[in-house]
Amino acid sequence: MQTFQQSFAHAWHLVVTGDATLLEIVLLSLRVSVTATLIACALGLPLGALLATQNFRGKWLVNLLVNTLMGMPPVVLGLIVYMMLSNAGPLGWLQWLYTPGAMILAQTVLIMPIVAALSRQVIDDRWSECREQFQSLCIPWHRCVFTLLRDCQTSLFTVGAAGFARAISEVGAVIVVGGNINHLTRVMTTAIALETSKGDLALALALGSILMTIALIVNAVVLGTRQRLQS
Amino acid sequence: MSDATAIEQSRIIDHPMHNRAQSLLPLKVSSLSYSIRQRALLHNIDLELTISGITAILGHNGAGKSLLLRLLHGLIAPTSGTVLWHDRAVAELEVRKKQAMVFQKPFVLRRSVAANIDYVLALRHAASRDTRDKLLRDANLLDKAKQSATSLSGGEQQRLAIARALATDPSVIFLDEPTASMDPAATAAIEQQLQSVNRQGIKIILVTHDIAQARRLADDIVFLHQGAIAEHTPAEEFFARAHSTAAQHYLDGQL
Ligand SMILES: Nc1ncnc2c1ncn2[C@@H]1O[C@H](COP(=O)(O)OP(=O)(O)OP(=O)(O)O)[C@@H](O)[C@H]1O
Ligand SMILES: [Mg+2]
Repeated sequence: MQTFQQSFAHAWHLVVTGDATLLEIVLLSLRVSVTATLIACALGLPLGALLATQNFRGKWLVNLLVNTLMGMPPVVLGLIVYMMLSNAGPLGWLQWLYTPGAMILAQTVLIMPIVAALSRQVIDDRWSECREQFQSLCIPWHRCVFTLLRDCQTSLFTVGAAGFARAISEVGAVIVVGGNINHLTRVMTTAIALETSKGDLALALALGSILMTIALIVNAVVLGTRQRLQS
Repeated sequence: MSDATAIEQSRIIDHPMHNRAQSLLPLKVSSLSYSIRQRALLHNIDLELTISGITAILGHNGAGKSLLLRLLHGLIAPTSGTVLWHDRAVAELEVRKKQAMVFQKPFVLRRSVAANIDYVLALRHAASRDTRDKLLRDANLLDKAKQSATSLSGGEQQRLAIARALATDPSVIFLDEPTASMDPAATAAIEQQLQSVNRQGIKIILVTHDIAQARRLADDIVFLHQGAIAEHTPAEEFFARAHSTAAQHYLDGQL
């Protein structure tokens, strides 16, 4: 067991020298979570807008589902996606289990409800202010949605960032469907879990600090964008 | 007449149909009622507007003026009764597209002042820099064109809302207390603009609490009292001697 100082020194060394293993893990993490966030936004924002602006049969059921999925523990969602992707499951033919594809799918399922629920709230608030004005201008529904999405872009950007933060920091879903395979499906959070349990604190610390830096950058970008768009 | 109004006029004179409101008039409202949860907010409204002048709707707070405007514009459906514009139901898109409304609480899109106008012009397939600049000049907002619309003051936002309503090139325009948050100069400018627009045949239906304004602008007065029309009288007659006691009390400043 190394001392803490040694671990920190080694972690720092890994980061500044751009250690290949470290880099590989970080890049895969970003690839998986960015892709999942983009897909989740592409599906979740229109769903949020639909729930905020339209009434249809079974809407309460969709709302219930979205709200429930939003608070689901990632491991449980991982388990569901695992069963879908396993050979006996409906998506077994994809042969995605233990690939980055499975991890993207699991994270998309994880954060899509969050994006949908948060954007529903944002758009709902704005919709109540502008519904009559849009109706008066005879704006067709799809155009209302585009206008609303654009009008709420600052808040929706924050929603996307929240989704990304949740994706990149979760461990339960990716470890179940990805399996934490070295060079293939090992991402930052699963690597931290593994290395810590092995007692290799240096890599874990290095990854942990990178994860925190990413969170810092995302928040800085969100704040910066808010200020720029508001001025 | 100011340059601004002359420009506004030329824009409308260019339009092929001279007295455009005639394509929608007369407005016939029969036995119109509107209730929410068994509460009758408007009852048995009968109203006929034939001329394309300026009609002012007066009445105490909560009398139902804003609701009546919404019903006439087809934003809400009546519980019973009909609203017909030139014998066509207000629910028809063709009818509604020829109408514009300026709401009591101004609404602006979260983009620049100019973009707010551009949005509506694009909606009506009439995007043009010149038209936009004319509308903004008339609203005295041209120097604020690039500013974010949400950063405008209340009165400025209302002026933008009026400019945006005019951008739809309407035949009928509804205004719900448009000058309530404006200073005297802006009020005078808006009144002048409304009169000039009206002279070109655009029907104006206006809700106001400003009795002097109604006196200056209106050709006829609809007085609403507790959800019913107390009277519909030519303006001169109304201000000389209102028929209903409710209107007399209103003019005297009593409840
Ligand atoms: N959605 C609603 N639900 C319940 N009551 C309503 C609703 N909309 C309006 N009312 C009621 O209908 C009445 C008329 O409202 P309206 O907004 O038309 O008044 P108004 O004449 O425009 O008053 P003001 O001069 O204050 O603008 C009010 O008593 C109001 O409380
Ligand atoms: Mg009102």
